[in-house]
Amino acid sequence: MLSKRIIACLDVRNGQVVKGVNFEGLRNAGDPAELAERYNKEGIDEVVILDVTATLEGRRALAATVSAVAKRIFIPLTVGGGIRSEDDAAAAIDAGAEKVSLNTAALNDPALITTLASRYGSQAAIVAIDAKWVDGRALVYVRSGSAETQREAVEWAREAADRGAGEILLTSIDRDGTKKGFDCELTAAVSRAVPIPVIASGGAGSLEHFSEVFTDGCADAALAASIFHFSEHAVRDLKEMLRNQGIPVRL
Amino acid sequence: MIALVDYGAGNLTSVRKALAAVGADVQTPQRPADLDTVEAVIVPGVGNFARTAALDREWRDAILGVVERGRPLLGICVGLQWLFEGSTEAPGCEGLALMPGQCQLLKTEWPNKVPHVGWNELEFPRASRLFDGIRNRSQVYFTHSYAAPVTDEAIAVTTHVVPFASAVERGHVFGVQFHPEKSGEIGLRVLTNFLNAL
Repeated sequence: MLSKRIIACLDVRNGQVVKGVNFEGLRNAGDPAELAERYNKEGIDEVVILDVTATLEGRRALAATVSAVAKRIFIPLTVGGGIRSEDDAAAAIDAGAEKVSLNTAALNDPALITTLASRYGSQAAIVAIDAKWVDGRALVYVRSGSAETQREAVEWAREAADRGAGEILLTSIDRDGTKKGFDCELTAAVSRAVPIPVIASGGAGSLEHFSEVFTDGCADAALAASIFHFSEHAVRDLKEMLRNQGIPVRL
Repeated sequence: MIALVDYGAGNLTSVRKALAAVGADVQTPQRPADLDTVEAVIVPGVGNFARTAALDREWRDAILGVVERGRPLLGICVGLQWLFEGSTEAPGCEGLALMPGQCQLLKTEWPNKVPHVGWNELEFPRASRLFDGIRNRSQVYFTHSYAAPVTDEAIAVTTHVVPFASAVERGHVFGVQFHPEKSGEIGLRVLTNFLNAL
């Protein structure tokens, strides 16, 4: 049976992981390659590097970061955050990423999804959707969640899938950073609407939140960042708990 | 030297990196004649089966020549599918036909989606060189929509709604539907086992 995937997100700025990383035994707690390797050993299923760099100089450093991480781990690696064009995607993939995640760029130019899917295969083209509930509608936001659009998440996810996206990375802006749990209603609505896998993101605060999003939320995968930072055993503990609940995982 | 055939079906960075990690000397042949002296050939590939059309008669003959010389061939993902007669994904696009049967679209049955993306189990109907030292029901990483039928050549079977051949072996011709370069330690062991078959 296909396992539910647990994905670790590394928020990287200027080549360093930001957000509270608190591992003991790491020479440099902020080094993305060391952290990725650590997660890999703990049994994480995939790693996402999210580039939160604001400067052009920092963006150029991204390829070096991706390459350093890709040298250390032999599991799927996705790059998102700074992918604005086919060239950006090519740079990330040439550096060793398997998949790129498009967000604002895909909404501005939906043909980019098809371009990347044709060049690298659909499995390499993830469309990231940041959504927020507004008057009972889950609306898509762009530019790191700062700008509202009039697109609905379910409808945009369908279009992205039709255009060749291989997966949807769905982040709940309402839940992001709250540790109150994933938005299962939003995730289930999108997951039921598209034939492709949906990765839930935003709100993970406890291990139970993952089992909720895999059952009630119909998620195919779940992504989190800080929850994995605080304990060496978080990934394994999480997977053992899920397996005890009958949810298929890779252990 | 091992030839990694690049015919434009996806990016080969990860495959190269994983092969380097297990100590393989890998090169990408520029023309079919480059295959005349290789120790083994690997045909990777992601995306549409139609991409294999880029492997024209000359390339096909050169790859078959490697097999005839008794050297191992490994197909990865679409590369495994290409070992069969063809795929309903691209009717009229012929496979190598080293294995009998056609590849078909996997079935969607909620909550099982297609493409089949993620980690799934290998079940071994029999022992094989490729999975030497690997535990039955080990998990590996898949990403594909089409799959090969389970025939006598299947050395691993995986189920996603229906069972399909997740690895095949016939003589020294091997194929894996999953991505060994993305399957952690298990994947690297599969590549090492392939090198040991040289």
